[in-house]
Amino acid sequence: MPLLLLAFWQVATTQQWTRLIPTPAQVGETMVDFAWGGIYDDAYSATLVTHLLASMSRVYGGFALAALFALPIGLLIGRIPAARMLLDPFLQLMRPIPVTAWLPLSMILFGLGARSAFALVCLGAFYPILLNTVFGVRAVDPKLFEAAAMLGCKGNAQFFKVVLPAAVPSIFTGLRLGLGLAWFVIVVGEMTGVPEGLGAVIMDGRTLSRTELVICGMIVIGVAGYLSDRVVVAVGNRLLRWSPANHG
Amino acid sequence: MAEIPIIDIKGVSKVFKLQDQTIQALSDASITIRKGEFICLIGASGCGKSTLLRIMAGFERPSSGEALMWGKPIEEPEPSRGMVFQDYALFPWLSVRDNIGFGPVARGLPTAEVKAIVDKFIELVGLQKFATAYPHQLSGGMKQRVAIARVLANDAELVLMDEPFGALDAMTRERLQDELLEIWQRTGLTVVFVTHSVEEAIFLAGRVVVMTPGPGRIESDNALDLPRPRDVSSPEFNDIRRVLGAKLHSHHGKKAA
Repeated sequence: MPLLLLAFWQVATTQQWTRLIPTPAQVGETMVDFAWGGIYDDAYSATLVTHLLASMSRVYGGFALAALFALPIGLLIGRIPAARMLLDPFLQLMRPIPVTAWLPLSMILFGLGARSAFALVCLGAFYPILLNTVFGVRAVDPKLFEAAAMLGCKGNAQFFKVVLPAAVPSIFTGLRLGLGLAWFVIVVGEMTGVPEGLGAVIMDGRTLSRTELVICGMIVIGVAGYLSDRVVVAVGNRLLRWSPANHG
Repeated sequence: MAEIPIIDIKGVSKVFKLQDQTIQALSDASITIRKGEFICLIGASGCGKSTLLRIMAGFERPSSGEALMWGKPIEEPEPSRGMVFQDYALFPWLSVRDNIGFGPVARGLPTAEVKAIVDKFIELVGLQKFATAYPHQLSGGMKQRVAIARVLANDAELVLMDEPFGALDAMTRERLQDELLEIWQRTGLTVVFVTHSVEEAIFLAGRVVVMTPGPGRIESDNALDLPRPRDVSSPEFNDIRRVLGAKLHSHHGKKAA
């Protein structure tokens, strides 16, 4: 399938169906220059690592912050009815607002630049983690509570011995979705005028009509997002060997 | 004065409220169980047999009447009364070992003691080879062995079993019935076993309590003195099966009349 797509791309661009999209070879060349320099020696030569690191720090930083808030809030909402009544309506009301719609407000609140991108990534990753945590906590088989109680594990002790382990697969799904979304949101986040980052490269490429640079940025984000997802899945499979449903 | 029975159920009723409806699950049930007995509760669905079992476990409180263990009211689940569920209710994230060790660990026993207990009961149910397996890797019969071991490892005096072999194939069921009887005879446990199979009840029990639905109540309490091991194809076995079968369906006659 990727080869077919590549072939189609090659044919389409060499046959001049469109002049706006560069050929795969041009993109490849730009990629080499982007990564190691020595071909064009312009502002983007050999800057891939800088941009990638800038984006990664925002993705993982925002993601970590989102997890830091979403996990405890999710556990509370899932476990304590009072917390659910207090927090859930508000959170549900905020949820349909797309992350992109927050962009202007985020720029006002956090200024133009990296902090804004960070905040948007955090917001984007927050809901999948929260919702899956709530779901995981609430979906625990009631029989397991009875089984634990009759074995002498009651009340608050059940939280660590039953609720948490039972919710782990779901929490993991949330983290995985959240991290995926963080990579998704980073491009939007970095449109807020940050100098470094893959999203910024894509935006600049568009402004400068350097489509091959845009495609390079897309490819790097794709690969980085994919690799980070693989890491999460590998950790998940190791942690969730007990779960028949969790072998991604 | 007579000895105190391990379980004494006195005129227990249970009413469930579902939105506006009230459902009488159990009506004025009384039953006395002495230590070491093997009792089967049998009846069609809706006869309250599971409710009665859950009251004995402490998962439900009676709406009226009294449920006593050793003369004291049963208020909440306790390790001395272990439940074996039809759908196993094993902890899927724990290995066979850790499932069996869950109770001893929860009770705060030292690690060495937990290990000794787990070893003993894993051997009792013959699952040494599967000690590190997770529940999803086990067959239904093996899962139910783990569930039984888990309850026994926790020093249960009374084992409550809610159609434990209902989901198993016939061969596995027969083997587990034999194993259960052997464990019961060896350990002097008290067992209350809910089933809807007359044959299973007669094969296992020293007493068969027949229950009928609408509202759930105890129809009769039948002591069986067939010698063990029991032969399911003997004429005596069949006679009892006929009598109990008739009692089981007695409420149909009443409704028609």
